[in-house]
Amino acid sequence: MISRRSFCKKSLLIAGGLAIPFAALELFDPKRLLAEKNDGKKTRWVFLVDTHKCVGCGFCVKACKTENEVPYDAHVSRTWVERYVVTKDGKTHIDSPLAARDGFETKKIDIGEGKFEDIKDADIDKAFFVPKLCNQCDNPPCVQVCPVGATYQTEDGVVLVDRKWCIGCGYCVMGCPYGVRFFHPVYHVAEKCNFCYHRISQGMKTACVDACPFGARQVGNLKDPDDPVTKIIMTERVNVLKEEYGTKPQVFYLGLTKEVR
Amino acid sequence: MKSHVWRPLFVVIFIVAAVLVTRKILVPPDFGIGSRGYMYGWHRPSNEQEWKAVKVKYRTAEYCKDCHRDKYDEIKQSPHANINCENCHGPALNHPDDPKALDIDRRRELCARCHFRLEYPTSGRGKIRGIDPATHNPGLECVTCHWPHDPRKEGHHK
Repeated sequence: MISRRSFCKKSLLIAGGLAIPFAALELFDPKRLLAEKNDGKKTRWVFLVDTHKCVGCGFCVKACKTENEVPYDAHVSRTWVERYVVTKDGKTHIDSPLAARDGFETKKIDIGEGKFEDIKDADIDKAFFVPKLCNQCDNPPCVQVCPVGATYQTEDGVVLVDRKWCIGCGYCVMGCPYGVRFFHPVYHVAEKCNFCYHRISQGMKTACVDACPFGARQVGNLKDPDDPVTKIIMTERVNVLKEEYGTKPQVFYLGLTKEVR
Repeated sequence: MKSHVWRPLFVVIFIVAAVLVTRKILVPPDFGIGSRGYMYGWHRPSNEQEWKAVKVKYRTAEYCKDCHRDKYDEIKQSPHANINCENCHGPALNHPDDPKALDIDRRRELCARCHFRLEYPTSGRGKIRGIDPATHNPGLECVTCHWPHDPRKEGHHK
């Protein structure tokens, strides 16, 4: 026979037990908590490009290709410089011959397949150069799509590719909205700009920053409030590329206009 | 139950065990979730060290300064002060051990990277003094008349 007292006790226990969600039974994992907490990190590498200063010399591309052993004559590059020429008829002409490895050797715009478009100086409304490189996004779509864990983001924000694990499926090449990734012609795995990880991790600047004679490129640590790059990003009117994709890119630009894609 | 019912089950168990063992052997022990969580941090941490170990080829002017102090001082006081030695002289690597001598790029195209005149008023390029390589002494190296370490000086005498 069940007593009134024990019936009340047991039914309360069952009701209380049902109320506990399964998540509450999960063991506490301090590592996971640390991973979810965003602070505590000392470094977040970011890049600043001043398009007013860039003159399209292409020394950055030359240095990058040599420093990072990307075959010099192959039509791929970790970084490149685009030329934008906006003419009085409202058209925008964009080119980047050989990623601007040799700079821009002609006034004509390279429209591909060996064809060039002539533009008269008098027709130009505005013309400028925009260097491009990996944006080391906070939400990198290229990392999300990797099926084998061959590409990943380090604690300091740089997206790297594990050459031993990449299977060459090309999802990341398609996934990057900035067209930064390509296949390395020698290793046949995904390749991308990594802010010269071997240089920045030992206190140097990236090869392209060192090669730029005009200070158009700068690399800095966003977590350091005294970093000159951080100061500019925090106080001046900077912009990023393709913000609408939600990738949270970390390459900031000064002097972008609507023509830049 | 009859053994012909159990036999396929043993096969399945064997395949699952084989996959698990191979996985254990092939996947490196450090493979796991990094600081960026499962979505962005799933990787082999030893790969970070592999990338950090890449050889630095461009050593910057600070490396050249120790032995070539005179050249360093000359260019740092000239309008070409911001141009790094290695932009024209090539990456230093382990110079002077390896390579013993650097391959200097004296081609007209190198100077034309900046000094090929482009009338781009809204870019820094438009403010640089420039020439048209097609009409300005074609065939001659720029260093014949212009001293690159200080373009205010004339000529190139070795």
